[in-house]
Amino acid sequence: MSPGSSHSTRYKAIVIGGSAGSFQGIVKILSALPDSFPIPIIMCLHRLKHVRNGFVEALSLKSVPEIIEPYDKQPIKKGKVYLAPANYHLSVELGNYFSLSTEEMVNNSRPAIDLTFHSSSYVFRDKMIGILLSGANRDGGLGMKSVKDKGGLTIVQDPAECMIDTMPKAAIDLAEIDHIYSIDNIISFLLKLNNIKYES
Amino acid sequence: MMTEIDLADIKRITELIKTRYNYDFTNYALSSFKRRVSRILELNKLSVDRLIQKLENPEFLEYFLNEITVNVTEMFRDPSFWRALREKILPQIMVNHKKIRIWHAGCSSGEEVISMSIMLREMEIEEDVQIIATDLDTNILKRAKEGRLPLKNMELNERNYVRYQGTGKLSDYYTPQKDIAIMDPTLLDNVSFRQHDLVRGEVFNKFDLVLCRNVMIYFNQHLQNEVLNKLHESLFKYGYLAIGSKESLIWCDIAGKFLVVNNEEKVYRKIKE
Ligand SMILES: C[S@@+](CC[C@H](N)C(=O)[O-])C[C@H]1O[C@@H](n2cnc3c(N)ncnc32)[C@H](O)[C@@H]1O
Repeated sequence: MSPGSSHSTRYKAIVIGGSAGSFQGIVKILSALPDSFPIPIIMCLHRLKHVRNGFVEALSLKSVPEIIEPYDKQPIKKGKVYLAPANYHLSVELGNYFSLSTEEMVNNSRPAIDLTFHSSSYVFRDKMIGILLSGANRDGGLGMKSVKDKGGLTIVQDPAECMIDTMPKAAIDLAEIDHIYSIDNIISFLLKLNNIKYES
Repeated sequence: MMTEIDLADIKRITELIKTRYNYDFTNYALSSFKRRVSRILELNKLSVDRLIQKLENPEFLEYFLNEITVNVTEMFRDPSFWRALREKILPQIMVNHKKIRIWHAGCSSGEEVISMSIMLREMEIEEDVQIIATDLDTNILKRAKEGRLPLKNMELNERNYVRYQGTGKLSDYYTPQKDIAIMDPTLLDNVSFRQHDLVRGEVFNKFDLVLCRNVMIYFNQHLQNEVLNKLHESLFKYGYLAIGSKESLIWCDIAGKFLVVNNEEKVYRKIKE
């Protein structure tokens, strides 16, 4: 697929899942993005369940775009990076806003990546990109499959580069993934959506 | 992954329940409602058609209501919220009132209510407070009334209690018996539990403090607005409303009738009728 400015209008969301070993990669991605990236970025990362504060701050240290833990029913806007809050599942609703929920844990996780991928693929269909990074359980695998089934673009972090490769491998097992990229390649890919050159 | 349910099928289900039983799920948030329906279909290996047939039976409806609602809760959820109640909100209410009335709307299995009772006991104002706790789901209310909590959750509850900085030990408030924590029954002496539907139910009383936490996240914005109007009406002027830490009033019509008292913990005060 050739990159170009049409991409930023083609895609309505980029959804990123990550767990153990993904923190550095996420920080690197966020620090490479411009202030107003044209596509909303939605992140569901496994995190300590009962620590409400601190995670956004840690991610924000190097991030250029502002990171927001959305409130229930908060509208999704471009130029923003959203992070699933501690102890809540994060879903996307038709009409382009978030819902939070305290439903049972999925894959031992709340927020669960499968759930965010699943609900966002239902809303964004072929207009989303799903990215799954390093992680120690299989959460996100089935979610990537639903992104793929709905026609979205799927990218996983190269298992060879992952600190823990269980999660990306689960996705590769379950779905035909479009791209297997290193973090640097993920960054170049994202920047091409915005027509910016990345030098690592 | 979960079976994907058609919106048309969701509509058939909500219409049936509305006309036959007068419960209205039409304006529940779609993402979680769909997941709950899928879950029921999968747990019982049912097709949508079969589910609709079974819903004709009121006994099955009870089961359905129990499963469709999300009852996950904790004692002292968000310890910093409970500290704010103890240190700021309740003392403020006490200034003007000898007797305080509190409503837990959507109390689930009662963890929030028991937390309140423990807090009031430790503040030594238990006698001055009357608590009403309501939920849509009669099954979960029955559990709440019994004051029995799963023992496996007590570790988490204990951790929250410690972070809340309770003055005692949580273990003083319950007796473990097999896999159950039997809560001190006197904790529920000033509590009355009753079934109440925030969507279809009438405003039934006035309160100094209403807790409606992690309930409206299951509604769409239209319904949140309607329910917030009812909660507003259920408060005395200058009464307090507490919602979940990731909920917000800013998108609601009624926001202007409330003052933000604590934005971090989502406590509001009714300043206009
Ligand atoms: C996640 S629990 C919240 C428990 C507690 N307030 C907390 O924050 O931990 C949500 C509760 O809302 C109840 N609920 C859902 N719809 C309702 C309605 N229309 N009227 C009253 N309660 C409702 C559910 O039965 C469930 O017990």
